Amino acid sequence: MKLALTEEQEMLRETARDFLADKCSKQFVKRMEESEVGYSREFWQDMAELGWIGLAFPGEYGGGDMSFLDLAVLLEEMGRACLPGPFFSTVVLGGISILDIGSEQQKQQYLPSLIRGEKIFTLALTEPGHDNYDASSVTVKAARDDGNYTISGTKLFVPDAHIADDLLCVARTKPKGGITIFLVDAKGPGIKYTVLKTMAGDKLCEVVFDQVPVPRANILGRLSQGWSTVQKIIERAAVGKCCELIGNIQRVFEMTVDYAKERKQFDRPIGSFQVIQHYCADMATDVDAARFSTYQAAWMLSEGLPCTKEVAVAKAWVGEASKRVFALAHQIHGAIGVTIEHDLHYYTRRAKAAELSFGDADFYREVLAKEMGF
Amino acid sequence: MDFSFTEEQNRFRKEVRGFLEEEIKRGYWEPTCDAWVQGFDPGFTERVAKRGWIGLTWPKEYGGQDRSHIDRLILTEEMLRYGAPAACHWFGDRQVGGAILSFGSEELKNEFLPRIVKGEAYFGLGMSEPGTGSDLASLQTRAVEDGDYYVINGQKTWTSCASFSEYFDVYVRTDPEAPRHRGISEFIVDAKSPGVSRIPMIDITGTEAWNDVFFDNVRVHKRYLVGEKNRGFYQVLHQLDYERSGMERLMGNYPLFDAIMQFAKENELSKDPVIRSKLAQLQIEFEVGRLLVYRVALVMEEGRAPNWESAMSKAYSTEFEKHVAGVAMEVLGPYGQLKVGSKYIRLRGMALHSYLGSKGYSLQAGTTEILKNILATRRLGLPSS
Ligand SMILES: Cc1cc2nc3c(=O)[nH]c(=O)nc-3n(C[C@H](O)[C@H](O)[C@H](O)COP(=O)(O)OP(=O)(O)OC[C@H]3O[C@@H](n4cnc5c(N)ncnc54)[C@H](O)[C@@H]3O)c2cc1C
Repeated sequence: MKLALTEEQEMLRETARDFLADKCSKQFVKRMEESEVGYSREFWQDMAELGWIGLAFPGEYGGGDMSFLDLAVLLEEMGRACLPGPFFSTVVLGGISILDIGSEQQKQQYLPSLIRGEKIFTLALTEPGHDNYDASSVTVKAARDDGNYTISGTKLFVPDAHIADDLLCVARTKPKGGITIFLVDAKGPGIKYTVLKTMAGDKLCEVVFDQVPVPRANILGRLSQGWSTVQKIIERAAVGKCCELIGNIQRVFEMTVDYAKERKQFDRPIGSFQVIQHYCADMATDVDAARFSTYQAAWMLSEGLPCTKEVAVAKAWVGEASKRVFALAHQIHGAIGVTIEHDLHYYTRRAKAAELSFGDADFYREVLAKEMGF
Repeated sequence: MDFSFTEEQNRFRKEVRGFLEEEIKRGYWEPTCDAWVQGFDPGFTERVAKRGWIGLTWPKEYGGQDRSHIDRLILTEEMLRYGAPAACHWFGDRQVGGAILSFGSEELKNEFLPRIVKGEAYFGLGMSEPGTGSDLASLQTRAVEDGDYYVINGQKTWTSCASFSEYFDVYVRTDPEAPRHRGISEFIVDAKSPGVSRIPMIDITGTEAWNDVFFDNVRVHKRYLVGEKNRGFYQVLHQLDYERSGMERLMGNYPLFDAIMQFAKENELSKDPVIRSKLAQLQIEFEVGRLLVYRVALVMEEGRAPNWESAMSKAYSTEFEKHVAGVAMEVLGPYGQLKVGSKYIRLRGMALHSYLGSKGYSLQAGTTEILKNILATRRLGLPSS
């Protein structure tokens, strides 16, 4: 058992932290939140050149031959920097899913350009309705049409769909149980996007498919038997969100302790008041525990081990821990923390969004209950 | 990073489990909450010692096995999982032996370590006094030098396991003129020494959990001074870090944790959405706490003394144990209040015992508040209040 990062991972972390500190200022984040596209092409190219997009892909597709665990380190830094843009969508939701379940031909076709930063991907999974991560919630239909398929229906909360080149669309090919993942040309005919206005300023979209033709060759994985692979995608995404969240809360925790040392009231640092000290101690425990549970799940994914239980533990824990950390961070910061002059709000808004996506604590408690044989 | 165990470690875990299961099968004892501190069973301790499982991490020259701290954690984790009666040797193995190893003279090491390893020396901890709880440096028990001896007078309280302890690890004031932290020393006192007397104290569960221990002109030879004279306070801080470091803080009531999960399943209570969510939450908290405790062992494995790391894991873990007991009482509903011997008793009364007993978990070995002070100052560098 080892809980420390390797030297290489430490280096990756350092490089990422420096690069993002330089390029991903809060002004940049703010501009991206306010802009319609939500990312910078130039920045995207930089990340491709740094090898970040291809980090966890095999060299034969132009990737860096590193692991999901290495990617986890990078995602944590991205969370720490509040990085805007389609990295998560393209890499975690799109690319790695293709790598995991695509045919050799599909991998050859899609991965090299994705890795070079030429193509943006995303996952169209959730729909209007409430039971978001259950197969029964998939109503978007892919009808068979002369050997090929025609997709119709509405997907909701699809990240970065408005700028995507390709979508992984989860559709129903049979009324019962028949879930299939399709690779859909996002710029093709019959697809309409509306960018929603969100708390975190990230670009979640409504995507309406109106008789969108998709060739049979674009089925990703197995016809009508795709739900178990969708579950794997959700597991990976949940862990990816945990990584972003621990970067986020680690930073907020540091900001808060620093603030407690600097801010004086009654002629002494507020960090000398025991109540504030205990709040900070609680935050430290939540942050460390969140980190260990996240990396445990990331390590298991990386090793290809079954980890439904560990993923559930991580996402449920990290989500709840993040709520507690933010409640305390805001309380300790006082009024300055609820202004837009202070950086805290960037983290607060993003953390809440991450907590809710790909399953919240209630969702994973239920997953775990099933795993426990309840 | 690597969250797995080596094959050797897995084998060791299996070996420990096999041993414990055999013990249960033979009817030697049954899994009990708090058995690490309340299960007095010299036979068990002897059988554990025969396997070389006491002082596992200590150097071979003192009878230890030179094994890793992860191995020791695996061993103790399994003992706790099975609720094994390990109280006779727990303190000696966990902390007093380590203190002697770190600070004691060669003579002391040779006298005590091999005996602890053989399960032949049971220890109690004499830190707290009636006027001295969290503020340990305020202690009043006195030791005055008299030739080759020290003469001890005073009273210790809350001394766990005292009724069967053969020795006490006692902290006393040796220099009343010095600043409080610099006038304390550590001694090993034979419980049979003339002038030592004990009065049992009953805890809220009805168990004889502690004794008051009185020292009336107790003469202790100088060679039983552990470490340097007047350095005892610094030594006890070190020892407390070890006292907090282990899995017993998370798994003290594991037999209840296990039983309530089974009970909910067998009685289909786990179909109730509220109950299943509560139980799943417990499982989450357990898994997370386990990682915090393993982190502490990894710190020790690096050769460092655990510091704020064990303050963190202990504060977290005892809250978890209290949560287990609270949820178990809720799941059992009115049956939870029934005492051992009552008609309709459930889970051998473990929920009630643990619910009441767990109030003390977050007090012993440093209260949760003190541990958070430690975290805030030692880990976060916040200014002292
Ligand atoms: C089950 C059990 C077993 C024990 N076994 C032993 C043993 O074997 N040997 C032994 O020597 N002792 C033992 N103890 C005693 C234990 O170490 C003390 O209970 C503990 O140190 C707290 O002291 P106290 O109970 O006097 O509480 P106090 O120190 O009086 O504390 C009362 C309350 O005030 C709070 N408080 C005190 N100081 C501060 C501060 N600076 N900041 C914030 N809050 C503070 C505490 O957190 C607590 O909430 C045991 C206790 C229990 C419950």
